[in-house]
Amino acid sequence: MSINATLLGQMITFALLVLFTMKYVWPPLMQALEERKKKIAEGLAAADKGKQDLENAEKRAKVLLKEAKDQAAEIVNLAQKRANDLVDESKDAAKQEGERIVAAAKAETDREVQAAKEGLRKQVSTLAIAAAEQILKTEVDQNKHKEVLKDLKKQLG
Amino acid sequence: MATEAHSPEGATGYIIHHLTPLATGEGFWTLHLDTLFFSVVLGAVFLVLFMKAAEKATSGVPGPLQNFAEMLVEFVDTQVKDSFHGRSALIAPLALSIFVWVWLMNFMDLIPVDLLPSIGKAVGLGYLRVVPSTDLNATFAMSISVFALIIFYSIKVKGPIGFAKEMLLTPFGPWMIPFNLLLKLVEEIAKPISLGLRLFGNMYAGELIFILIALLPWYIQPALSLPWAIFHILIITLQAFIFMVLTIVYLSLAHEDH
Repeated sequence: MSINATLLGQMITFALLVLFTMKYVWPPLMQALEERKKKIAEGLAAADKGKQDLENAEKRAKVLLKEAKDQAAEIVNLAQKRANDLVDESKDAAKQEGERIVAAAKAETDREVQAAKEGLRKQVSTLAIAAAEQILKTEVDQNKHKEVLKDLKKQLG
Repeated sequence: MATEAHSPEGATGYIIHHLTPLATGEGFWTLHLDTLFFSVVLGAVFLVLFMKAAEKATSGVPGPLQNFAEMLVEFVDTQVKDSFHGRSALIAPLALSIFVWVWLMNFMDLIPVDLLPSIGKAVGLGYLRVVPSTDLNATFAMSISVFALIIFYSIKVKGPIGFAKEMLLTPFGPWMIPFNLLLKLVEEIAKPISLGLRLFGNMYAGELIFILIALLPWYIQPALSLPWAIFHILIITLQAFIFMVLTIVYLSLAHEDH
């Protein structure tokens, strides 16, 4: 193995190679790497922030949803109560109306019964007087027995 | 090297033929044209690929080429940041070029041993050694350059006086100056030598085994060359990695002030 001028040629080649690498290869690649690193870091930070935002939004949405649900429940309750009230009211009204109608009908009936009784009594007294007249015929003088007839009438009426 | 001699026949001749570089010139001024050619081409492949990736580099979604380049760049950057704590515009790109270039040169090992030499023969090249990192010149070129950087940064960071102090006064204090110097010299010089020889030795041995396998009958070859090639994928990556990491470590040591 001989050491010879090839060594010098190789050294020159090597020096040129290193020089070119230093000037044209290493810096741009390193720069690209650094920039990408930065970009990735920024991207990760943005992703974290986005995640945080999403979490907050979800929390807020949950709160809002709960409020809405509560409100809805309240409204339903109120409506239920109002409906019950309405039913009760109409029940009461119907009952009163019914009672009124019943009372009116009863009064009417009473009145008619009274009238019938009155009529009946009048007829009975008339009949009794007529019968007595028939029995007594002549003896009964209207004027003479005015007092007696009146009394009788009173007792029958 | 018997570059002009007629290669002997048989197995020995085959091996020698494969390990002989395509050379030109005499004595020290011999140039291994194949080593130079392949290493320059591979360096160009690396530069073109990575410059293309760097040109279109965006911080958005990367394409496959950019992705690949970024993967390597990040890998190298991690290695550098792990062991080197100073600031330097040189070390990371240096480590990247070493890693990719060495890997590509080692990768030539996985191309079938006879393929490129046969093509070379067809176009009139008597010898062709396709793996640049099986050439000591290639590995030492890198390790000596790294060594020069070590010395340069040692002096630059510690100052000439600080560097001299470190060479002379450690580890045994001022009464042992010659011994200290000897120890330090061995320590420093061992760095480029071990760096260059390690890569060379591994690649040379690997290539040699591929050549030996190629000498076997064809029906045995796959059973051996396949596992060896798969294992070699690990070796070439590991050697490139070791070369890169040791470079980083040596340079960070040079930056450390005691």
